[in-house]
Amino acid sequence: MIHIRFFASLRERLQSSEIDIAFQQQASIKALVDELVKLDARFALLKEQDVLVAVNQTLSAPEHIVNDNDEVAFFPPVTGG
Amino acid sequence: MISIQKNDFDLADEYKRLREQSDSDGAIVTFTGLVRDFSDTGSVSTLFIEHYPGMTEKTLEAISDKAQQRWDLGQVRIIHRVGYIKADEQIVFVGVSAKHRKDAFESAQFIMDFLKNDAPFWKQEGNAQGMQWVDQKQTDIAAAKRW
Repeated sequence: MIHIRFFASLRERLQSSEIDIAFQQQASIKALVDELVKLDARFALLKEQDVLVAVNQTLSAPEHIVNDNDEVAFFPPVTGG
Repeated sequence: MISIQKNDFDLADEYKRLREQSDSDGAIVTFTGLVRDFSDTGSVSTLFIEHYPGMTEKTLEAISDKAQQRWDLGQVRIIHRVGYIKADEQIVFVGVSAKHRKDAFESAQFIMDFLKNDAPFWKQEGNAQGMQWVDQKQTDIAAAKRW
């Protein structure tokens, strides 16, 4: 099971803050996004260029391999400070 | 030390704490960020700040560690507020002590530049027309690249 979370404007646009999906094989974040789009077309938003991804709370590249029980978060560029 | 909190902070208390823990340091630099009452799109009366609990602290710890490795520092203190904040209130604090002023000045700027680019906070600006998500500024991206 992969625990997926969405934050800020992305969460609002997806109308979803989290979703768990069964994802047995090791695969990249890119493959995980493709899997989400198959579940629901609205997740195509995650393919937008400025979307950032963190795996287990560390910023990660789309090629990063996701493992079972990982927490994967998608969010827009950060604007703190 | 890192604090993510809803409540305001007191500059004098933070400075006092840095002094108490910095007997061999000759310099303290503090930065306080305030909420402006205007933005590119108009007036601002309120901010709402969302964050990613857990990752926020982890990211700020990593930025603090990087600063400690790069400069000869005593204490590093970072405070960032979350939730609703009114215009003109304090939002962020960075305090650094060091033996020499150059290390304190540079590391405080480094910490703020990376906080703005890497720490998972998201601002919404509010006025009578409603709340609007803030876009990332290109100048903030450029500021972190200089290091």
